[in-house]
Amino acid sequence: MQQSGKIKVAVIGPGNIGSDLMYKILRSPVLEMALMTGIVESEGIRRAAGLGIPVSTEGVAAVVRNPEIKLAFDATSASAHEKFDAPALSKAGIVAIDLTPAAVGPYCVPCVNLEQLMHEPNVNMVTCGGQATIPIVHAVHSVAGVEYAEIVAAIASRSAGPGTRANMDEFTETTSRAIEVVGKAKKGKAIIVLNPAEPPINMTDTVMIRVSDTSVPFETIRDSILDIVSQVQLYVPGYRLRVPPQMDGDKVSVVVQVEGQGDFLPTFAGNLDIINAAAIATAERIARNMLKGGAKG
Amino acid sequence: MSNQKLNIVDTTLRDGSHAVRHSFSVKQTSDIAARLEKCGLPIIEVSHGDGLGGSSYTYGFSKEDPFSLIEAAAKVVSRAKIAVLLLPGIGTISDMKHAKDCGASVVRVATHVTEADVSAQHINAAKQMGYMAVGFLMMVHMLEPEKIAEQAKKMESYGADYINLADSAGALLPDQVKARIEAVRAAVKIPVGFHAHNNLSLAVANSLSAIDAGASYIDATLRGLGAGAGNTQLEVLSGVLERKGIETGLDFYGLIDASEQVVAPIMLRPQVIDGGSLMLGYAGVYSSFLLHVYTAAEKFHLEPRDILVEVGKRKMIGGQEDLIIDVAYTLAKGKQRG
Repeated sequence: MQQSGKIKVAVIGPGNIGSDLMYKILRSPVLEMALMTGIVESEGIRRAAGLGIPVSTEGVAAVVRNPEIKLAFDATSASAHEKFDAPALSKAGIVAIDLTPAAVGPYCVPCVNLEQLMHEPNVNMVTCGGQATIPIVHAVHSVAGVEYAEIVAAIASRSAGPGTRANMDEFTETTSRAIEVVGKAKKGKAIIVLNPAEPPINMTDTVMIRVSDTSVPFETIRDSILDIVSQVQLYVPGYRLRVPPQMDGDKVSVVVQVEGQGDFLPTFAGNLDIINAAAIATAERIARNMLKGGAKG
Repeated sequence: MSNQKLNIVDTTLRDGSHAVRHSFSVKQTSDIAARLEKCGLPIIEVSHGDGLGGSSYTYGFSKEDPFSLIEAAAKVVSRAKIAVLLLPGIGTISDMKHAKDCGASVVRVATHVTEADVSAQHINAAKQMGYMAVGFLMMVHMLEPEKIAEQAKKMESYGADYINLADSAGALLPDQVKARIEAVRAAVKIPVGFHAHNNLSLAVANSLSAIDAGASYIDATLRGLGAGAGNTQLEVLSGVLERKGIETGLDFYGLIDASEQVVAPIMLRPQVIDGGSLMLGYAGVYSSFLLHVYTAAEKFHLEPRDILVEVGKRKMIGGQEDLIIDVAYTLAKGKQRG
């Protein structure tokens, strides 16, 4: 299919996540980095300006003023998204890709449910740990059902920003809920550990699942997991199995690891890379749909 | 020695939970808590070994609902306060609320020694709920005294009522304990406590060293029940402090009886320093890993010692029990190739 042009997008919040998103957008065949906006003059704003990208310190107001922007990534905080950004974007008809734990819109894990969310005005990217583990939970659910799924996300201390540190419960609670809502586990539990080891560790996630139907052969479960892993790899190149699926009675366990692409953050920050890569995959899918619709209309 | 009164904090029903693979029943909990109350313990900690929310595949499932155990202990005490442990990232504020409703009035918020800032949210919430809040720093052997003091100051600024330093790997020697307690005491205005593990057979000696350096809260367990080679043995500490002429208000004979009559019969294995627990102290590995390492060694046909050394090399910290499988799998794969 012929694609005419690109969809103009904005990034709200020029911190670590926002800057990394910017570099990923600059590489995208369908997204155009039309604005980086924050609420104060900052290093992130200067970095974007240095790359010739339009910048603003008026936050979401600068996004909604620009009629050409169709899509905005929000990398601020849950409260900023909920109180200011989400309502303003919604009013302006701009699709919001929410990287905060606010979850105003439905949770999105691209390889699991993106196709159902194509026309949502606001989608939430869950958490880094959720993006790394929910595909596996869902893969097991689709062949054997999941009674209980537990995940442990270990990330390097240096890749956990002040926002994560000040609100660990947001991670555990959001991830547990999304394991149930998107992964379809009857019960979900999430644990996060910050490891200060030097050199920093790559993000590592363990997934442990109690299956509902123990008559399903292990090979079927394993193949379903291997299949979803290759689907995640399509948009997260550094995603890989560290310990392949193991079965112990009714328990399936897997260890995955994410090496970041090193766009803005070091490669050990796989946690930030995977949530951003998932957000870009989501935005590109929605953008392609917009471009197709535009051609038709 | 400080002028502050010495408080012995019992953690048989929390750290001791590791040693019985989190199998404490409501009846066992009531019996132990009632004895501890009678023997004059001011604070009794009751939780899954890894704190609120710890019941899981990763750390082991509790045999009974952990909140019903807190409730059972709270019912049989009048003077003693019931404490719970909470590791941010595992337990949540909603768990803390639930524990409060079950009768807990002290929460010890534990982080790895370099990560005190993840406790701000929980210490703040604890104070708002009317809890006595304790800032609990784990694996203190991994950091120099001055840097530990900086972390302790953060917890003090969030509202902690005292700071507890935990030698979670049982790796410290008495002079290293002294240096750490002194550095933290010099940095904060609130009291300081100490939590030992007996992996190098130094739990009582290290506790004495902490008291000499001014610690006023000391953790101990009946029979020494706890992760790795266990904790400071409560009845022994009580006798030693009496010999030293330090007032504790504890009933020495009562504790010996409780240990013999109530705790000994429910132990799964004797609380001794076996090869594995000695290696924990020697290699500086989190004590709660021990039983998980034994399980993984059996599954992958490895020597527990080899797994422990590799875990130490990878600098795995408290809470990373899940990755013991990763280490064992990698070692087993390497062996197959060789």
